[in-house]
Amino acid sequence: MGRVVVDVMPKPEILDPQGKAVANALPRLGFGQFTAVRQGKRFELEVDGPVTPEVLEAAAAAAEQVLSNPVIEDVVRVADIEADAAATVASQGLA
Amino acid sequence: MGRIGVVTFPGTLDDRDAARAVRLAGGEPVALWHADADLQGVDAVVLPGGFSYGDYLRAGAISRFAPVMGEVVDAAGKGLPVLGICNGFQVLTEAHLLPGSMIKNDHLHFVCREQVLVVENAGTAWTNAYTAGERITIPLKNQDGQYVADERTLDELEGEGRVVFRYEGTNPNGSRRGIAGVSNAAGNVVGLMPHPEHAVESGFGPDGAAGPRSGTDGLRFFTSVLHALVG
Repeated sequence: MGRVVVDVMPKPEILDPQGKAVANALPRLGFGQFTAVRQGKRFELEVDGPVTPEVLEAAAAAAEQVLSNPVIEDVVRVADIEADAAATVASQGLA
Repeated sequence: MGRIGVVTFPGTLDDRDAARAVRLAGGEPVALWHADADLQGVDAVVLPGGFSYGDYLRAGAISRFAPVMGEVVDAAGKGLPVLGICNGFQVLTEAHLLPGSMIKNDHLHFVCREQVLVVENAGTAWTNAYTAGERITIPLKNQDGQYVADERTLDELEGEGRVVFRYEGTNPNGSRRGIAGVSNAAGNVVGLMPHPEHAVESGFGPDGAAGPRSGTDGLRFFTSVLHALVG
């Protein structure tokens, strides 16, 4: 079983009311160092079998057509979650 | 007598009120079901308010793919009058029948109030019984009511007279340029956040000149479309 992760964020020019509310709450809890917060969405799409280039292509199409609305959101990542994790481990010399 | 379809999606709330408004205006309401790709030969369609599919993903995003919406999009392209109220407006933007989108109210609270609107365009299928510049009062109730679009789209809408309604006084949700409702280029498709169908019968509407709950300013949406069909 493979898993594709899709990250969707509000467009930079769109005010993000939820992120702003979180940003306002953080200093009250002692997290004064964070100057801004933007809140997005993460989707995990599962497939039987491995994540092939075709699967990634289909996930990208779904991300553009359904999972996001281009008027207010950008798709910022479509990736094979396991491959990404393995690459991160390798780059940190932990493998 | 005009037959006006009212679509029910899972999570629609105001379909009965919309059907009642059609009847009070002198039309015949026809119940349409989201899962049927069939408009039953109606002369116009109302997409009512509510929280279809719980507003999951984005408000209106999943309803847009309902079988009935394929028919609505086709028929709207051929001139069928379509009105989207609140969640129905959100469905119309997700279906690309109207430009822009709605995000959470800027103050993050649910808003429920009697809202004064300015009728900016009295030439659409759904506003021809009003006069341009007229102030009307109808209920507004939503969580995701902040209308947004890029500046170019907003300029286009303004330039083409497609801003159909604007909020009067305080902007209740942070909508760009105070926009409460817009139309497509042809004027047969109109969407707005406030609820005309809740202001159609004295005794059950907003406070009006004739006393508490006497306001019926929403009724002319429905008489407008019946005029448009006869004309």
